[in-house]
This record gives sequence, structure tokens and C-alpha cells, in this order.
Amino acid sequence: MKAPGGPEVAAGDVLLSVEDVSLAFGGVKAVNDVSFDIRKGEIRAIIGPNGAGKTSMLNIINGFYHPQQGRITFKGETRAKMRPHDAAAGGIARTFQNVALFRGMTSLDNIMAGRTLRMNKNLFWQLLRFGPAMKEEVEHRARVEEIIDFLKIQEIRRTPVGRLPYGLQKRVELGRALAMEPELLLLDEPMAGMNLEEKEDMSRFILDVNDHFGTTVALIEHDMGVVMDLSDRVVVLDHGVKIADGTPDQVKSNQAVIDAYLGVAH
Amino acid sequence: MDLLYKILIDPFVQMGAAPDLLVQTLWEGLVSGVLYSLIALGFVLIFKASGVFNFAQGIMVVFAALTLVGLHEIGVPAFIALGLTIVVMFGLAYLVERLMLRPLVNQPDIILFMATFGLTYFLIGFGELVFGGNPKKMITSQLYLPSGAYDIKMFGGFVSLQKIDIAAAVIVSLMVISLALFFQKTRIGRALRAVADSHKAALSVGISLEQIWVVVWFAAGIVALVTGIMWGARSEVSFSLQIIALKALPVLILGGFTSIPGAIIGGLIIGIGEKIGEFYWGPLLGSGIESWLAYVIALIFLLFRPQGLFGEKIIERI
Repeated sequence: MKAPGGPEVAAGDVLLSVEDVSLAFGGVKAVNDVSFDIRKGEIRAIIGPNGAGKTSMLNIINGFYHPQQGRITFKGETRAKMRPHDAAAGGIARTFQNVALFRGMTSLDNIMAGRTLRMNKNLFWQLLRFGPAMKEEVEHRARVEEIIDFLKIQEIRRTPVGRLPYGLQKRVELGRALAMEPELLLLDEPMAGMNLEEKEDMSRFILDVNDHFGTTVALIEHDMGVVMDLSDRVVVLDHGVKIADGTPDQVKSNQAVIDAYLGVAH
Repeated sequence: MDLLYKILIDPFVQMGAAPDLLVQTLWEGLVSGVLYSLIALGFVLIFKASGVFNFAQGIMVVFAALTLVGLHEIGVPAFIALGLTIVVMFGLAYLVERLMLRPLVNQPDIILFMATFGLTYFLIGFGELVFGGNPKKMITSQLYLPSGAYDIKMFGGFVSLQKIDIAAAVIVSLMVISLALFFQKTRIGRALRAVADSHKAALSVGISLEQIWVVVWFAAGIVALVTGIMWGARSEVSFSLQIIALKALPVLILGGFTSIPGAIIGGLIIGIGEKIGEFYWGPLLGSGIESWLAYVIALIFLLFRPQGLFGEKIIERI
């Protein structure tokens, strides 16, 4: 899978780097001078206790928030701020902590919406729904059916997503992000609120996406077991500050991390 | 007893006694209902995609109609004038997005609502400056819209159908069907529905809100133009025409602010209810009830279905 535009990044090289990024909401410092990088092809976890600034970090990467300080380099291009539309066009897809789907639309339409950027026949043809626009619609529909097969959600294709159980909604949301054929996939707590079986399914999908398509994944997760199994490298945030960065084993034995999670006696 | 008879029995006796009059009244109700639906449709389009109640929809109707007639007055052939008016409505949509919506993004809804008031008064002033304040005549025949009427023999009497009304009903139906297809079957239509459901999710898949807003305001502009032509053909084109926008309110209450089928059916109910009410029950109250009956129908409706006929029932977890 290759996103349009931008230079190629070889596997193992830095795909995205965050340097000295700070973000404050009024007096609250959500992210404070944080630097880390994401390498092409890896699964990178961002963990930390509640309020550590994990979601803010994700929002910065995909352009929802603009940091007051710092630089972000994606595929070799450095920028201070970027709009969500540009992030999506550059190959960054994401899911949300509390599922953000188009509730009135079917699973199929939701995932088709993920193809928006790749469909470019103009309004004129679309109004006629004829010629190139029709051909384009059919081609993209085929790709979407592949994703639906991959995620094993054939039987809910025509169901409005508002009616689906939570676990399936999360899967449709993943499908919509995959439909963008992203280079970098951001997952905000992909397993929150799921039962064990659903968590195992979701873990398998994430690993498969990473394996088969070579998609780089950055995920936020609370379930430590999941994080340690899935990820290649982990960055730990606490109160907006980076306190550790390394392989799961390194992070697990880091004293600052243990203190942040268990609390320290003062 | 006498009063009860007059309210509950007598109107139906009259309906039975002169079915041709009943059909005539129903037809007239249907036609004004179609036009109400059209105005309401303009509101629904914008409300769905941006959550803004566009107070300026009424003046957009007048502005579109005036542009069309004004261009024709300075010697532009009718169909070229029509094309140019469509271009003008696109320009208006673009400017509204660029100058009004974009700077106000993420502001509370009430502020955007107030901004549409500003737009209304701007368009009134600008329209008067360019086209003058005098009422104008719609260029019906130049656009090959039919005039005259069919008189159909029915139930021992005559039912008279204005040709322009039949044309209005046909054109509006075609427009609604094509809008529905556009919404359901195309990428931009899908993007429009996506934006209506969730702004942040739409942004995350790379849908550009700016582009979508231009498209919906343009669509609402086209709807306004058709409304202006049809309504203008029945009376005349003047600034007082914008009052019809207020008629859309009970329609929206009835149909729900977010539903296109709701706007259509709400419009028809209000249109027919109004005419039947005026004709059969009006004399009891000394006539003239047409102007407020719609609001009463809507109010009674609100008591039973606060979300409207097709509006989404909002269930909030607390």
C-alpha cells in the first residue's frame, strides 16, 4: 500500500519524528517538550496513566491540534502545523477513543467514505452518475469489499452502524481507516471496552495489517498485556512528559514507569 | 350543539355535497405544499451538513429570482440568464464559506445563526442597490413555463388545474429525486452525509469541510432559485417574498430539521391542512386563518412528537 505524494521511506527508517513538542490548553500543559520517533513498518505504542497526554499527542500528529512549540517531520517533510485534511492526504489515518463513525450510514458506506481522497472524478460526472464517475465507484467498491472480507464483517455490510454492538463498531472504524490505505495508522485505544475475545480478534487484525500491508501502526492502549505482546517499541508519557522509551522489556523494568503506574510514597 | 355541529359535522357534509370543490381545494393545498417543501428543503440541506439554521434562505430565494429577472431585463437571453444565475449562486456559496463560515468554525451555533441574520440584511441591501426595490415580473414564458389552466370535468363540476402548478410539481419531484440519488450514490453525497454525522470523523478520512460547505450552500442556492422561479410565477418577484421563509418553520417542526423526506411530507401536510382549514373551517372564525393555522398544526404536533415526523430521536446517556 502506498499513499499518494511524498517521498518513499524504506522499512526501518524514521517515518515520523516528533521533536520538542509542547501543547497547552490555557494553563494546563497537556504535552510538555516531548520527542520520539516512529519507524517505518513497526508497531509503536504510546502508553501512560489517565491524563498523560496520549490522545493529545495523537491529535497533534493527525493535525487536530496545533502544538505551540516543536516540530513534526513526516516522510522527511517538517512542519509546524498541518490541517487534518492534509494529514489524511499525506497518508495518516486514525480511529478514535470513543468510536466516531457516521452513525446514520451503513458499514459499507462508512468504509467507502474512507476512499474519499482516492476518488477524484469531478462534481459534474458525479451529478450525472455516469461515465468515469460510475467506473470509479465500481473500482473502489471492489477494494472496499476486500477490506470487508479481511475484517470478516460481510454480514453487517448493509446495517446502519448505529445499530451495531460496540466491538463491531470499532472494527468498522478500523475498516474505514484501512480504506484510506494509510502509511501510518493511528489507533486510539482500539480495545477499550472490549471483552477478551474481541480483544484477541482486534490484536490479530492489527498484527495482520502490519504484516500483510506493511502499515506502520501507532497505538494508545491501556491493557498492558496487549501492549507488551503487540508492540515493537513503547513510549511512556506521564503528565505530558516523556518518562521512558524503548522495547517492552526495557519499559517494563523502568522505575519511573512503575512509579507512574503504581504511584510513589512521598 | 349548533356550534359543535358547525365544527364537527357541517364541513364534512359540505365536502360530500361538492366533491369537485374538495378536489380543487386539495389540489391547491398540494401545490402550495410542494412549494413549502422546497423552501424547507433549502433549510434542511444546510442544517444537516453544518448544524446552522440558515435564516437567509428566504432572502436567497428573492436574490436568486431577482438576479434571473434582472439579467433578463438588461437584455440577456432567458436561458443564458438562468445559467449565469446558477454561477452567481455558486459565487455566493463560495463567498459565504470563505468570509462567514470559515472564520466562525467551532463557534457556538447561535453565533452562526446570528451571522445568517447578517447575511440576510446584507443581501437585502445589496439586492436593492443592484436591482432596485420595485417588484418585478418573473420571466415565465421566456423560460417556456406553461401558463393557462386545464379545466377537468369531475363530479358534476369543474376542477381547474393551473399548468404552471403542474409544472412546479413535476420539476420539484424531479429535483428531489435527483438530490436523493446524489446523496445516496456519489462520493460527494456520501461525504455530505458523513459531515452531517460527525465532523471529526469526516476530517480524519480527509473530507474537506470547506469544500462540503460550498457544495451544500450551492445546493441550497439552486433550491432557492427554483423556489424563486416557481413562487415568482404565481405572484411577483419582490423583497416581501422572503416572508415565505417563515412558512418553512412549521414545516421543519413537523418534518424534523434533519430529514429530507420530512421536509417534503411536512410541506404537503401544512399546505393541504392550511387550504382545507381555511376553506371549510375558516368561515367559522371570520376567515383569514390561513396565515396562522400552520403554526397551530405544528404546535399540536410538537406535543406528541418533539423530534418531528422523521427527526432523529435523541437519546442522551447521562
